[in-house]
Amino acid sequence: MMRWLPENISTYGAEIDWLFYLIYYITGVTFILVAGAMIIFLVAYRHREGRRATYTHGNATLEIVWTIVPALILVILTFLSVPGWTRIKSRLPESDIHIRITAKQFNWEVTYPGPDGKFETEDDQTFDNEVHVPVGKPVILHLTSRDVIHSVFIPQARFKQDAVPGRVIHQWVEVTKPGKYEIPCAELCGFGHSGMKGFLFVHTAEEYQQWLKEKWPS
Amino acid sequence: MAHPAAATASAHDVHAHELGFVRTYIFSTDHKMIARQFLFLGLFMMVIGGLLALFLRWQLAWPETPVPLVGRLIWPDSEGVISPAVYNMMFTMHATIMIFFVIMPILAGAFGNFLIPLMVGARDMAFPRLNMLSFWAGALAGLLMLAGFFVEGGHAAAGWTSYAPLSAIPQYSGVNWGQNLWCISLFVLGVSSMMGSINYITTIVNMRAPGMTMFRMPLVIWAMFITAILLLLALPVLTSAVAMLLFDRVFGTNWFNPAGGGEPLLWQHLFWFFGHPEVYILILPAMGIASDVLSVFARKPIFGYRAMAFSIIGIAFLSWVVYGHHMFVSGMNPALGTSFMITTMVIAVPSAIKTFNWLGTLWGGNIRFTVPMLNGLAFVSMFVIGGLSGIFMASTPVDIFIQDTYFIVAHIHYVVFGGSIFGAFAGIYYWFPKMFGRMMNDTLGKLHFWPTFVFFNFVFFPMHILGVGGMMRRIYNPMQYEFLTWTEPWNIFISVSAFLLGLGQIPFVINFLWSLFKGPKAPLNPWSANTLEWTAPSPPPHGNWGAALPVVYRGPYEYSSPEVPEDYLPQTRRLTTAGASSRAH
Repeated sequence: MMRWLPENISTYGAEIDWLFYLIYYITGVTFILVAGAMIIFLVAYRHREGRRATYTHGNATLEIVWTIVPALILVILTFLSVPGWTRIKSRLPESDIHIRITAKQFNWEVTYPGPDGKFETEDDQTFDNEVHVPVGKPVILHLTSRDVIHSVFIPQARFKQDAVPGRVIHQWVEVTKPGKYEIPCAELCGFGHSGMKGFLFVHTAEEYQQWLKEKWPS
Repeated sequence: MAHPAAATASAHDVHAHELGFVRTYIFSTDHKMIARQFLFLGLFMMVIGGLLALFLRWQLAWPETPVPLVGRLIWPDSEGVISPAVYNMMFTMHATIMIFFVIMPILAGAFGNFLIPLMVGARDMAFPRLNMLSFWAGALAGLLMLAGFFVEGGHAAAGWTSYAPLSAIPQYSGVNWGQNLWCISLFVLGVSSMMGSINYITTIVNMRAPGMTMFRMPLVIWAMFITAILLLLALPVLTSAVAMLLFDRVFGTNWFNPAGGGEPLLWQHLFWFFGHPEVYILILPAMGIASDVLSVFARKPIFGYRAMAFSIIGIAFLSWVVYGHHMFVSGMNPALGTSFMITTMVIAVPSAIKTFNWLGTLWGGNIRFTVPMLNGLAFVSMFVIGGLSGIFMASTPVDIFIQDTYFIVAHIHYVVFGGSIFGAFAGIYYWFPKMFGRMMNDTLGKLHFWPTFVFFNFVFFPMHILGVGGMMRRIYNPMQYEFLTWTEPWNIFISVSAFLLGLGQIPFVINFLWSLFKGPKAPLNPWSANTLEWTAPSPPPHGNWGAALPVVYRGPYEYSSPEVPEDYLPQTRRLTTAGASSRAH
């Protein structure tokens, strides 16, 4: 089997993946049915001398059925999509880890509020293109941009959100597997767009404490 | 090319005076000449848009290596290597040209102009001079767009969507005059399309021949009618938006610049409020063409004619309320995401109705695999894939991941290449005899169709896989990312297929040009079709009909009717008693 979605490392990724595969199977079956019917019709009703096509303008029952069935499937898909969307994009969980990501041409400025937990104070620290988070804890991201629209994309975490100049967008993610992951920019932001790459470092709880101690020694 | 002898010989009392070369071929007010002009404009621009795509594919398969043969000539400074800035310019212009200067001129411009008066039984458009102006404004827009390639700083490079503030402030993209020309060109094109759509709507509403009721119109005319309404309402939104963008760039206003109190998302709202209806402006005429072609070559009435017409209306209406699905992760309020998801799911229903009705039309038919039919069938099957992949994006959680990946690139190409372009090819092969009075070559047509169909799928189907694997669109070099190294063989496969797809167009070019001058003379009605245009001479003279307008007795899809021994029954043929018939033309 060929590779489809990349490995998932976030708590809400499984929900996205489940919906993806559900739609994949529904559309896949629909395609096979439609293409199959088409091929059968093309072969069975190919031109033969002397044969006459069936003279019909339609069939009301059939048309009602093939209107209602797809409509129902789409209504169900809509209902299945709402809870995940609300959980991922509309609500922020409780968390004491806040990270500000300021996008600019062409890198990510990652700011930690430091021990006092507040931005714009003396103990803030900013890193270029490095986001450090602990495993298994929700993290609140404050996204903004200095110049043009960028988009933070963490494929394995199923995370994507535009960073828009002039506003701060609050998002969250909770990752489940330690490691180093790439953060490309998903929105065209100029000639350096495809080189605009950051890294997400997911640490175990102990490693994360260690990293904090290193950066804020006092 | 038209035949002046034929054109003047049959110019009756209606248009008695002979026109000079300039008024016949250049500043013509004849809708058929304007249609040909739009067709040539579109085909010429398709060559440019296609070549740009091949450069893009070279870069993606063999990143940062010199483009063979022509690279050193075009980019001597970088020894033939495409730079990231040039890459951005090329995908921006590939999309802009294909959408605004290939598909719109061919489908809406050429077929709209050619078919509307001929198929509703009018002598010309309602406002012939406005029609002429519409083409020349369109040509001027094309010229302005091409001029951008030659200005300092290069052409617009902010994507065809030109999101502000990247597009609004010259320092951000490094492009100045290119982006200005992009704005001015699309502004002029907006004026052109407005003149065209007013003409289409007025002609269809007011100038139908006796007996041609709205529900006796061919579906391609329904599609053109609704497309014209969409154009009339959608393009001015873009026209206003590009004017605002130009003001931001040149006069220092701050519509979209947050530093001056502007709102970047305003651009996206305006752009997509135009941009989503635009997708249907591109596909509806192709749906109409495919409906007519399928019915003619299945020798069967279209299945569910009224449902087909109402789904076109339904799609058009809904296209306004789905635009926000382009903005799920833009920073727009997530609550709006849910409402846009609902409308987006709903718009799939009329598309499904159309697909099933096309299948219904094939069922029980007597199918002839002519070149227009092959392209029409390709339209239907490719549109099915493009439509189904759209459902992934409609689902908001899935869209979080899919957005801005190659899955979107695959989807849009299945809709606008698999859909609109195959629809355009179906239309060109089908109406060429009427348009130019000569037949196209069947063998060359098939030699064009099969490689196009096969390599189209080789190019665009694997893009779904790349997108699901996370490959972003608009990146210059996927090999810069560890998580995308696996895409290399796929990208090479896609690019090789793209070059073969490009080569596959050569038989079409040969066929088109050869048939234009040397093709065998076309009979009045080579496909045994029912609609009015096939009762006019090939090509029809100025004024289309003789002294009297055609009279319409029935709908356009009476194929294999039990009332007549033939398997077709033209709209103009009057049946005096059952079975016995007299030709009205």
